Amino acid sequence: MEKRSYLKEFTKGIVKENPVLCLVLGTCPTLAVTTSAFNAIGMGVAATAVLICSNAVISALRRFIPDKVRIPAYITIIAGFVTIVQMIVKAYAPAINDSLGIYLPLIVVNCIILGRAEMFAGKNPVIPSILDGLGMGVGFTAALLLMGIIRELLGSGAIFGIQLLPVQILIFILPPGGFFVFGMLIMLANKLNTRAGKKVKSTPCDGCPMAASCSQKSCENGEKEAAENVG
Amino acid sequence: MDNKLYVSSSPHIRDNNSTRRIMLDVIIALMPTSIAACIIFGFRSAVLIAICVSTCVLLEYASRKIMKRNTTIGDLSAVVTGLLLALNLPVDINPLIAMFGCLVAIVVVKQMFGGIGMNFVNPALAARIVLLVSFPSSMMHWVTAAGAPAAAQIDAATSATPLAAPAGTYSYIDLLIGRCGGSIGEVCAAALILGGVYLVIRRVISPIIPCVYLATAALMSLAFGLDPLYQLLSGGLLLGAIFMATDYTTSPVTNWGKVIYAVGCGLLTMLLRTYSNMPEGVSFSILLMNILVPHIERLTAPRTLGYVKKAKGEKK
Repeated sequence: MEKRSYLKEFTKGIVKENPVLCLVLGTCPTLAVTTSAFNAIGMGVAATAVLICSNAVISALRRFIPDKVRIPAYITIIAGFVTIVQMIVKAYAPAINDSLGIYLPLIVVNCIILGRAEMFAGKNPVIPSILDGLGMGVGFTAALLLMGIIRELLGSGAIFGIQLLPVQILIFILPPGGFFVFGMLIMLANKLNTRAGKKVKSTPCDGCPMAASCSQKSCENGEKEAAENVG
Repeated sequence: MDNKLYVSSSPHIRDNNSTRRIMLDVIIALMPTSIAACIIFGFRSAVLIAICVSTCVLLEYASRKIMKRNTTIGDLSAVVTGLLLALNLPVDINPLIAMFGCLVAIVVVKQMFGGIGMNFVNPALAARIVLLVSFPSSMMHWVTAAGAPAAAQIDAATSATPLAAPAGTYSYIDLLIGRCGGSIGEVCAAALILGGVYLVIRRVISPIIPCVYLATAALMSLAFGLDPLYQLLSGGLLLGAIFMATDYTTSPVTNWGKVIYAVGCGLLTMLLRTYSNMPEGVSFSILLMNILVPHIERLTAPRTLGYVKKAKGEKK
C-alpha cells in the first residue's frame, strides 16, 4: 500500500470512510442505542476505546498471528479489551451500563472493530493503526451522536434529557424511526461524498468507500473488465 | 378522403380513461362519506378535510419542484390521498399532527419512492400508521358522534369505537348511519357502501378485492364466534376494503392475485382484531399485504400464449 500521511489515516474515518454512514458497518448498535444522545456517546466512546486498543495490539502482533487462525485470534484480543471496558463502565458509570445493556458486551462482534483489524491493523504498523482506530472511533461516535440527537429531539422533544420541544413524535425513538433516520443520514453522507468531487463510477469499486483498503481481487478484475469493455 | 384506413402499431383501441378521470371518480365516491362526516361530527370535519387536502397538494407540488421533476398535482392523486388521510383521523386531532401525516404520506411514502405509481404501500394508510404509533393518545381520542346511544349529549364526549364497546351498545342501524365513535370517515357504513357501488359501476375498481376481503373477514369472525355483520360494519373495515386495499399501485393486477391478496387482508384483519393489542387490524393487514404484492404478482403471472410447461426432468 502506498504511503499516506498520518493525518489522512485519522481523518478518513470521520467523513470519507465513515464506518456507519459509508461503510455501513456496526448497524446493530447504531440502530439500537441511539434512542438518546447520551446513550449514543456512551456507546461511541466504549467502542472507540476498544477499537484503538485492539488495533494497536493486533498491529503489533501481526507478524506472529498465523494467517489461517487470524479471525479467532483477533476476536480473542477484542474480547479481552471489551471485558476490560465493560468492567470499567460497570465500576464508574453504572447508569451507562444499564442503558446500553447487552449492547456493551456485544461490541466484541461489532463489525467495525473486526473490520478494521482485518482491513487495516493486520497489514499496517502500529502508529497508523492507532490513528485509524481513533479516526474510525470518532466517526462512529459522531454518526451515533448525530442520530441520537435527531431521534431524541424528535422522539422525546429533548437533547441530553433537556426538554426543548413540546411535541413528541414517538415513532422516532421506536425501531422504524431509527431505520428512517439511518437511511436519511446515509443519503446525506452519500450526497456530501459525491459532491466532494468523486469520479463518475466506471468500475464496481470506484463508488466503494472501502476500495482504498480492500484487497479483494474483484476490484482489479473489475477494472480490467471495464477497460476491456470500453476497448 | 382516403384517410379512413389507419395503419399504426398497437394499441388500436383507446378510451378516455386517464389518471385524472379515475382519481376524480374516487373523489366523487368519497363524497357521501365526507358529507356524512360533516353531518355527524360537524363543521370541524370539513376543516380537517380541507387542511389535509390542501397540505397534500402543496407538498406534492413542492416536493416535485425540489426534485426538479414535472408537476403532477393535475392528476388529483394528492387530493385523493389527502381526503383518505383526513377520513382516517379522529375529528378533534391537532391540525399540525394532520399536516405531519400529510408529510409522511406525500413526501416520504410517495415522492421519495418516485411519485404516483411507484409507492410500495398506500400513502394514506402508511401515514395513518405512523401517526398512530407516534401520537397514540390523540389518534385514539374518539369523539362520540351526534345522536350516538353512548353519548350523554354533551359536546365532544368521547366513547369507545364499536369494536371496543361492550356488546349491545350499538345496533346495526347505528353502525350503518354512523351513530358511533371512530375516525371521521369510518363511522357511516352506508355512505361507504354507496361510494363503493359507484366505483364498481364506473369500473374504477374490480369488485373482487372488497368482496373477497369482506367475505373472508365474515368467515373468520364466524370462526371466532363473533357477529360477522357487526364486524363488517364497524371499525375501518369498509373504508379499508373499498378505498384502501383497491389502490392500483399496491394491489395485484391478476384476478387470482387479487383473490389471494384480499383473502390475506381478511385473515390478517380478523387475527389482528382478535389477538393484537393495537386497535389497527385493517390498517396493518392492508399494509402487510401491500408489501407482499410483488410476490403475489410473480406467483400468479399468467402463462404466455403458447408456452407449454416442461415435464419434470425434461431437459431444455
